[in-house]
Order: sequence, then C-alpha cells, then structure tokens
Amino acid sequence: MSIRVGVVVFPGSNCDADTAWALSRAGAEPVELWHEHADLGGVAAVVLPGGFAYGDYLRAGVIARFSPVMRAVAGYAADGGIVLGICNGFQVLAEAGLLPGALLRNRSLRFVCRDVAIRAERVDTFFTHRVAERGVLRMPVAHGEGCYYADEATLDALERDGRVLFRYVDDDGNPARVEDRENPNGSLRAIAGVMNAAGNVAGLMPHPERAADALLGSDDGMLVLRSLVESAAARVTTMAAGTGR
Amino acid sequence: MSAGVAPAVAGVPLHRALGLTDEELAAIAGKLGRGPNDLELAMFSVMWSEHCSYKSSRPLLRTLPTGDDDVVAGPGENAGVMRIGDGWAVAFKIESHNHPSAVEPYQGAATGVGGILRDIFAMGARPIAVLDALRFGDPADPRTRHLVKGVVRGVGGYGNCVGVPTVGGELVFDPSYQGNPLVNVMAIGLVREDAIMRAAAPGPGNLVILYGSATGRDGIGGASVLASATFGDQDPSKRPAVQVGDPFAEKLLIEATLEILAAGLAEGLSDLGAAGITCGVSETADRAGTGIRVDLDAIPRREPGMAPVEVLTSESQERMVVIARPERLPEIAAICARWGIPCAVIGRVTDDGDIAVIEGGLDTEGQPNPGARELARMPARALASEAIEFDRPAAPPPRRRRAPAPGIPETAGDGLPERGMDPGAVLLGLLGSPNLASRAWVAEQYDRHVQTNTVGGAGHGAAVLRLKGTRRALVATTDGNEAVSAIDPYLGAALSVAEAARNVSITGARPLGVTNCLNFGDPTRPEAFWQLREAVRGLGDACRALGLPVTGGNVSLYNEAPGSAIAPTPEIGIVGLLDDVTLLVGPAFTADGDVVLLAGATEPGLGGSAYAALAGLAAEDDLPGLDLGAEAAAQAFIRDAIAARSVTAAQDVSGGGLAVVLAEMAIWGGRGGRFRVAVASSPAVALFGESPSRIVLTVRPADVPAVRALASRRGVPLAELGIVGGPQLLVELVGEGATGAAEGRGVGVADALEVTLSDLRHAWEQGLPRALGEEA
Repeated sequence: MSIRVGVVVFPGSNCDADTAWALSRAGAEPVELWHEHADLGGVAAVVLPGGFAYGDYLRAGVIARFSPVMRAVAGYAADGGIVLGICNGFQVLAEAGLLPGALLRNRSLRFVCRDVAIRAERVDTFFTHRVAERGVLRMPVAHGEGCYYADEATLDALERDGRVLFRYVDDDGNPARVEDRENPNGSLRAIAGVMNAAGNVAGLMPHPERAADALLGSDDGMLVLRSLVESAAARVTTMAAGTGR
Repeated sequence: MSAGVAPAVAGVPLHRALGLTDEELAAIAGKLGRGPNDLELAMFSVMWSEHCSYKSSRPLLRTLPTGDDDVVAGPGENAGVMRIGDGWAVAFKIESHNHPSAVEPYQGAATGVGGILRDIFAMGARPIAVLDALRFGDPADPRTRHLVKGVVRGVGGYGNCVGVPTVGGELVFDPSYQGNPLVNVMAIGLVREDAIMRAAAPGPGNLVILYGSATGRDGIGGASVLASATFGDQDPSKRPAVQVGDPFAEKLLIEATLEILAAGLAEGLSDLGAAGITCGVSETADRAGTGIRVDLDAIPRREPGMAPVEVLTSESQERMVVIARPERLPEIAAICARWGIPCAVIGRVTDDGDIAVIEGGLDTEGQPNPGARELARMPARALASEAIEFDRPAAPPPRRRRAPAPGIPETAGDGLPERGMDPGAVLLGLLGSPNLASRAWVAEQYDRHVQTNTVGGAGHGAAVLRLKGTRRALVATTDGNEAVSAIDPYLGAALSVAEAARNVSITGARPLGVTNCLNFGDPTRPEAFWQLREAVRGLGDACRALGLPVTGGNVSLYNEAPGSAIAPTPEIGIVGLLDDVTLLVGPAFTADGDVVLLAGATEPGLGGSAYAALAGLAAEDDLPGLDLGAEAAAQAFIRDAIAARSVTAAQDVSGGGLAVVLAEMAIWGGRGGRFRVAVASSPAVALFGESPSRIVLTVRPADVPAVRALASRRGVPLAELGIVGGPQLLVELVGEGATGAAEGRGVGVADALEVTLSDLRHAWEQGLPRALGEEA
C-alpha cells in the first residue's frame, strides 16, 4: 500500500521538491498541498517544508499561518493527524500556535548553514521510533531565524512532559550551550525540535530531507522520515480498522 | 519630454549628459537618417552603453574559440549551454555587479544574483547553483568590512530565499580593489536539450507579454551611469541607480516561467536586466529579424507620473518578457495568476524591423488606437547588434616597481633562508592570511544544500553537484589570478583558465567549457585597453590549448575609483562533467600510509605569489611561466589516474604553494604527514612557489607503479613527497638548493618545517574572521 504524505507548498517554499524526493526514498507517495486549498486530500501525514513562505519579509511564518491550507492543517492536527514542520515549516507551526515557543533570529544575527549533531530525546514517537536509543543524528541546518525561545515555565513544562524532541549536542553528545558553535543559533536549552502535547505535531530546524543520501554526506535524516512514513501507515491501518473497512 | 531623461545641466548637451560622445550621436543620426528625439536618444544611450553593447570589447571577444560539438548555445545568448548526455544540457554564465555593490553592497550583490539567475532560466533551465567571486580592498579597513558583510549578506539573502544553493566561489583581498570591489556571480542551470529557449521575438502578430514585478523608478540608467563610467567613492547622486531585489518575487518568477515553458506556450523569452524593456524588446526583435511595437500605456507601473523614458529604461528587477501566439494568452495568464504574478500584453511583434513606442494604446489587433502617438521608432538592429564598436588604442603601461617595504632588500629573488625566516612560521602566516584562510565565515552564510544535489563540504575545492536520476555530476569552479594579471595580463588570464580547469580535473571531471567575466579599467585609457587586449589573448590561447570553448560571459569596464584602477581581473568560470559520481576524488587526505606524490615540475618565479606579498618581495620580473602543453598533460594524467580508481585525494598547487596544499589536505583529512621536498632553486620556491601545472595526489602504496606508468605515458614528471599519517606536518628540504642538512636544523633555520595539525587548523580557521574583526 502506498502511503500518501502531503507536502504543503506555499509561495516561497523552496524545500518542497527535496522533501517530496526524500519522502519517496522513505517509501511514501508525496502529494502536493497547494496553499490556497483548505483540503488535504485524505493524506496520511502532512509535512511543512523549508523555505521562505510568502517571502518571510515580516517574520518567518507569520503570513503563512493565515493561509487556507493552514486552516486545514490545524483541523487535521486537532483530529490527531501527523504533522511535521521542517525549518520554515517549524516556524509556521510555531506562529500558528500548533507548537509551543518561537524561533527568533540566530544569536549571531547571521544566516547559518552548517552540519550539526542532534540527539533524539525521545525515540518512542511518530517521528523518531526508528532512531536508536539516545541516537545522535548528523544533518544540516540552514536558517536565519532558528533560535528556539520560550519562557522558563514553558521550557520546564516541555522537559517535564517529554516534549523536547531533539537537542543540539557537542562532540561528546552533551547538549550544547547557547554560546557553543555546536548550537548553531543559540537555542535555549539546545532545543532543535519539539512536539505538541498530544505528540502528533512536531517541528525541527535541521533538515532531515537533506540527510537522505550518503552521497551528500549523511543519510541520518532518513530515520526521521521513515519513522514518519511508518507511523502514517500504521495510523491509516488503525483508522481503516476503526471504521470497519 | 526632457524631464526625467537626464538631469538638466546648464550648457551640457543632452547626449553628453546621457554618456554619449559627439561621435556616437553622429553615428545614431546616421543609423536613423535623421537626428534622434530625446526619448530615442535615451534609449540609444542605454543600449550603446559599454555594459549592453560591448562596444570596446566586441572586436576582441570575436577572437575567442567558441566552437565545440557540445555547445548548444554560445556567446550572444543569455547564457551558454552545453550538452551533458542523455538529452540533458547545462546552462552557465558569470556576470558582474561591481558598481552597484560598491554603492549599496546588500542590494548590489542581491540583484547580481537575481540577474544571473534570470539569464539561466531565460534559457529554459532550472537554476541549480550559484558561485560568487568577490574581490575587496584591505580587510582591516572599516569601509571594506562594511562592503564584505553587506555583499555576503546580499548574496545569501537572495540565493537562500530563492532556493538555489550557493556552492562555491572566491574571496580575495587586494589593495587595488579598495575603491572598487568586484562582485562576480556565476549561475548554473539544467535544461532538456530539446527545451532550450531563445531570447528572440519571432512571428509578426505574436504578443509581447511582460510578467513579474511592476516597473518602477529604480535602476534608471544603471547600465549607462553605474556600469559604464568611473565614479567616485560613495557618490550619493548614483544611489537611485541601484536596483532593489525581491528574491520571493524571483522564486515565483522561476516557477511560473518553467511552467510556461513546460506547457509549450512560449515562442521566445527574455529577462529584463540592464536597460530594461528597451533592451528586452530590441535584442529579441533583432535576433528574430522582426520589430516590436511597444504599448507604453500597458506597462504596469509601481507609481504614477513616470515619464516614458523612465518606464522604458527602468531596471526594476524580477521581470520577464515572453513572446507568445495570441491564443496562448489565457493559459499564460492563468499560470501567472496561480503564482500571484501580474502580467500584461505590452506589445506586438511586427515585420518592419523597428522598435516603435506608442502612447495612446493598441487595439485588439495590435494596431495603434486612433489618436495614439508614436514617441519613438528605431531599427532594432541599430540598438542591438549593430551598435557602435570601437577599436581603442592600446599601450602597455610603463614598467613600475612597487617600493619595497622598509628593511627588505630590493631583490627579485628569494630571501627566505638568508633572512632567517622560519618556514613553519611562514606557513602559518600564509594559512591564516585573509586570502588563504578558511572561507567558512562566508560559506556558512549561504544555503549550499537546498535542492539536495551538493556533494561534499564547502570551501574544499570545486563544487560538485550530482544529477538526480543519473550517475553523473557537474563540477564547477571560479578562478581569477589578479596578482599575476596586474603584472602580465596575458599570463594572468591564461593562468586563470589553467587553474580553473585544473580545479575541475582534479576531481576526475572533464572540463566542458568556459564562461568569463572580464573586470578591467577605463577602456579609453590605452594602458587599461592594452590590459584587456592582452588578457583576451591569454584567455583565447589557454582555452585553445586546453580544448575549451568559451560559451559566453560578461565584460565589466570602468572599474576605477579616483586615482586607482583595479588589478585587471579575468574571472574564469568552468563547468565540468563527471560521468560517474562514484569516481569523485576530494582534496582531503583519506588514509594513513597513502603515498603522496607531486605531478608536474616546480619552476622558479615567486612573482604574484602569496609568499611574495607576505614577504614584501618586489617580484615583477620574476613570474612563473606557463607551459600550456604541460598543463594539459598534467590534467589529462590526473583524470586518467582517477578514472583508474588509483587516486585517493588530489589538490592542485596554487595560492601559497606546495606547503599550503599539504597543510590544507592535512587539515581537511584530519591527519598529517611526513615529507621530503627536493630543493632545486631555493627553499621558498620549493615550499611556497606557485608555478602552475602541478598537482598533489595521494595513492595507496600498491598503486604507485600503475600511477607512475600513467604519468610517464603523458610525459608528466612525478615525484614522491612522502607518506600520510601522524599528528603533524613535517617537511624536510633536501637537495642542492637546501641550506644545510636536516640534522643541523635549529630554531629559525630554514631547512625543515614542522607544525602540528592543531596549529595549522587554528591558523586556517581563525584567519578570515580575525582579518574582518568578526572573531566569535
């Protein structure tokens, strides 16, 4: 059975084709979800790809949250649908209130494109069950606004609830301090990715779709994408059973 | 009508205010058979600018080799296109945006990226990579730092947003660029061979459709005022001539354009860059032997009250013109609407060969409405291909020696051992120097991964882009040798071609073709024109010797600030093809125990080298030679050896010489090595000389005999340097030129070099941020 995974395309999305390509390698059938349509076409999961939705001139993701497709994504997420935001997609989900916190300008005030190491803090989620325990993954970041920020109470709650999905780590596998080079944007508590309370919506700044082929330096990102596709397949099966089909 | 054509200056005739000479005015009148009106004069002034007409350089460029069976589109098109197999072709071109970047670095650089990308997708190709070749003055100078930061932010700000990876380029500091930085940008695209689009306007009756951003007052006269004249430092009156870029609009323009082409809706296509609509309509009509009747009122504008000349010469960014059959209009309009892009029919193709500008509108048949006025009428070819040409006087500059630094003996030779310089300290100095240190500070501000084709890390030699769905990869590089060009522009240009081709060959790829950006001074100065002429001669000779066609490029003249011209800078871009990406060889040491070999002969001559600059040597008479036959042989040899899977790493010897190459390969590989280098003329030449046609390669011990056989078959000398391994770089100098035996060495003695890997890495990584005052 082919698993249809939607890839949202905003004007200014520029990782949509890469994400679709990597999802295909992970066994999915990618489906374009055009920003003007408030219909997700019955896909088994939704990925919001990287880019500069609507130009991101005001603030990353701030316009995209008002698009028709995001109304549909919000409803889909509320119904338990699996949603992953990568880079700009993470920014959009945070702006839309589907994920906690905000992505501020990088502490360096410069765009940063670099390979980073991230550690999966949970390996029992829709997005990480393929990652080995405490697995460290190598993949690139490329963003100007990736500094994860939330107030202390929110950060404490995220940690308490196990909703920190990925952290930037140093060579020894320890969370990188905000001033460390291994923390590419100065994120608080080295947070590279988070989940919502229900665990069906996640976002991360690094690009798993750019780590989907060893020829390009790493295929660690495939562990994240395979997790997502398998989770989507399982959900489709469960729902089909639930509706008696 | 004169309002807006040019600032009125009392007593200055309009044509001179527009940058045209009396001779050019007479030539225009000759073409028209009458005197031009003010609007026509303004349109001629932008089209006959150096930037658009190549009036000084065209006679020289005609001497370049352009023929090759694999060239699908050559000079004169928006970009060169070459076949790469399986029905695919690669489009590539390099272009300058020097003067706009000097005035407003962020927007100048950003629109430089936008402009060259439009040249690529105007050919029907999807842009897949950008390279930026940058030249600045003293990095310690606050204004230079402002320019560097602004230009790098601009290149990144545009490329990152538009979704095209910036995968390589150069950053060079030289005092000659203090008042006039260089921003050259190369772009590469992929296109099906049968889908290549031409910038032509065939078929009288066809529609001329403008789509993309509305036309505003930005960039008026950019081609003639900014790009084609010398200007002073931060001249505020030039500021309005810089365009403003919108990469989001460009991203939409790329997608809409590729959709229009994929649907087969276009008869012709052109971007609107320098000289705006005037250039777009006159060049496309000229190429097709047709004319275009422009409906001035139909051109969407950003603001009211724009004069006709402003509308027609505006260089507002992110605009394209498509030529289409009338029945195609609804489909084109629907694609533009889907991407949220305005589009408008702004004219008709005619059969009279003229560019006519109509005010008052065209009817549905494309005829002027009753009462409409014709504001201008000129033959398209007079504006474009038959623009005036000049055979400028050329004269070599008088021989000049730079005054030597205090305390340095004025000898052209090599003072290294005699002056007690520690070669280890020299090596660290070179590795940490602004021109040789790690480019990570720049590269990390550019998205180099988007489109998921980029193989390998940044700043490690040529860029490699795999072609999805095939085993092939493209390899691209830019190189320009301004240091030698400043002394001998013929040799400098030839060396630039040789080095660029070598950087492609050392990956295993076969260089396909050359694009070039010729950055020179005021061509009306005989010395500057001589430099240009010599450089083009060197470019042509090197391309012929290496079997490389020149597929296009750009000439940027008037690169002068008051009192100083830039070092002549022939910037060479080369694209190569690797048939099997699994053959790719990188420049980093890969395994302990590998044998390190040097292919090619080390020749004397430190002129133009990084060592000469560091040591303050006056070396104008001491340039290394270039034997193009030896160069071709060395490159053929390395490609042979890589194809035989005998090479584990390869890097060419260039800036900083052999010692710097060994250090780089060690830093990138995370492992050192032990070497013995034979000294023939002097230790400095052996360690730091930059004589060309040399390649350092590593091979497994068992493969050494086979590699020796390949080298001798090509007649390439091959010397064994040593073995990879260990935490340091140890180089012992041996032979008749070394000063004393290795065992006698002590502190500051010049016969050996021993530096730890961590010291090398530290110097290399910290050099650029430190030079720019950007230490973390």
